[in-house]
Amino acid sequence: MALLEIRNVTRRFGTLEAVKDVSIAIEPGEFFTLLGPSGCGKTTILRMIAGFDEPDEGEILLDGKSLAGVPPERRPLHTVFQSYALFPHMTVAGNIAFPLEMAGRSHDEIRQRVSETLALVHLEEKADSFPHELSGGQKQRVALARGLVNKPRLLLLDEPLGALDAKLRVEMQIELIALQREVGITFIFVTHSQQEALALSHRIAVMKDGRVEQCDEPDQLYTQPANRFVADFIGKINLLDVEVKSSSKVLLGLHAAGLGDIAATDPRPIAVGERGVFALRPELIRVFGHRESADLKNRFEGVVRELLYLGDVTLYKVELANGRVIEALMPNAAPGRAKFHEVGDAVTVCWRHDAGVYLRS
Amino acid sequence: MKKPQFWLWTASLATYAFLYIPLAVVVLFSFNDSVLNAEWVGFTTRWYVKLLHDDDMLRAAANSLLIALVSSSVSTVLGAMAGLAMHRYRPRWLPFLVLTPVAMPEILLGVSLLLFFRQVLDLSLGLFSILAAHITFSIGFVAVIVRARLAGMDESIFEAARDLGATPWATFRRITLPLIMPALVAGFLMAFTLSIDDFVITFFVAGVGVNTLPLQIYSMIKVALTPEVNAVSTLLMALTLTLILVASRFAPDVLKGRA
Repeated sequence: MALLEIRNVTRRFGTLEAVKDVSIAIEPGEFFTLLGPSGCGKTTILRMIAGFDEPDEGEILLDGKSLAGVPPERRPLHTVFQSYALFPHMTVAGNIAFPLEMAGRSHDEIRQRVSETLALVHLEEKADSFPHELSGGQKQRVALARGLVNKPRLLLLDEPLGALDAKLRVEMQIELIALQREVGITFIFVTHSQQEALALSHRIAVMKDGRVEQCDEPDQLYTQPANRFVADFIGKINLLDVEVKSSSKVLLGLHAAGLGDIAATDPRPIAVGERGVFALRPELIRVFGHRESADLKNRFEGVVRELLYLGDVTLYKVELANGRVIEALMPNAAPGRAKFHEVGDAVTVCWRHDAGVYLRS
Repeated sequence: MKKPQFWLWTASLATYAFLYIPLAVVVLFSFNDSVLNAEWVGFTTRWYVKLLHDDDMLRAAANSLLIALVSSSVSTVLGAMAGLAMHRYRPRWLPFLVLTPVAMPEILLGVSLLLFFRQVLDLSLGLFSILAAHITFSIGFVAVIVRARLAGMDESIFEAARDLGATPWATFRRITLPLIMPALVAGFLMAFTLSIDDFVITFFVAGVGVNTLPLQIYSMIKVALTPEVNAVSTLLMALTLTLILVASRFAPDVLKGRA
């Protein structure tokens, strides 16, 4: 049985529907992420799970029991707030002891659990410091420790890495993964950063305008986006408007206006004449010089208009015959050569017939 | 930084001299060994000794202290509730209701309270009416100080407390109360100060039975301006000043005018 089940939940604020008929089931031990741009409803869902807000329709079940009307303090789950929300008048140890005191644990147990949890987040020597004496990363760790110390069924994290600088954020991501594995508590993570979501999660629900657009594992979301929004939101992608020319079992014949035919694959039965979008990741496109041979079905002539040299890789912007610019990412993996092409070079872009995804619009 | 100009210095020095020289004279002449407040004769503390044997004065002082203690305690509780309500629910009308007594001219407040107590409630004037009046004008000050304190706080810490298992009451006791404590102390001291030296409003609602220290001083100077008045004024001034200083330590933003 799912640990937490969100069943057809809708939440309105006045005339605005912040969450529209959302259903998600979260399994025990999962690192689950709600991903979406600001205003997509992800924080509203988190607040309803925590008990600060109630759904207008639908229900939220924990271990199969409805949480309707249960106040926040009686829900066996804790939240790590974006602002950390540490109690300024309590020491680090006092902050971490707070949920244990509220749960009525004994003095000895509190002392032991606090020191164990401090060790877990590597803050033993800061036990007697006050929050204002800590750095951003340390506050973050205290907030995590406070959320974990009473072993909740579920830990909710509301953009907890948003306030950290880029380098610290990457470190905290690695620590979060290790921490979650170590404590075995189910995490529900809210973020607008697709990079963070991909790196951390077992599963991700991509949200837009109050709806879940796709709920899947990170690699599935990346390689098999369900629609144009998901494809565009996660990572870099080329989107070409196409019309279906032929469809037989898995082979799909597409036509892009002014460009030509594209060979693709799709197991779904698709009607000839349907219009959609062909989505192709930049790293799956090869860029060859004219004299080089490429034994690939999809080949298009073009000219390099811009390039972005990033050291390990180079991003080429190639203008095709119909004026369409597509982006290709090539590893600079040739010893003795910094990169393969220069701006103005006439090139051929190619990709395998199974490289892209056809999206029905 | 720009150097302050000469006339600016002169103006401010003159202002402070105008404000503080009369006070200094009052203090100085309380130690004057003469019945008249006219010329310096010699140092003495006998006016203070005389105060200690003046039964009317002692009774008035006791009344004032009792009124100040009770009214500032009650208005601290009520003012804190008003401040919390203004912060949390942001009702548009509450700030007006709470702050009007602060802004209202004292004489108006005194007259309206007198009319209210006598003609509407048909209350006999005395200790209770003075208390009610003092509480009325003190609540606003406490509420403003408490609200200023809350305004600078991260709202999510109160949600965090609930989230971590604290009931609303436990959240108030363990989080809200300790965090607004400096504002409560400052508000209490402010209310105490306002109460102990209030004259105008007390004059209207006191009736005949009960005397307070300011009323007693007033009735004394109607007869004669003896150094005993200077002595009691000096003591009152010392008490008020001490309380203001203590209050400003607990809530520095109050005296800086940010409240």
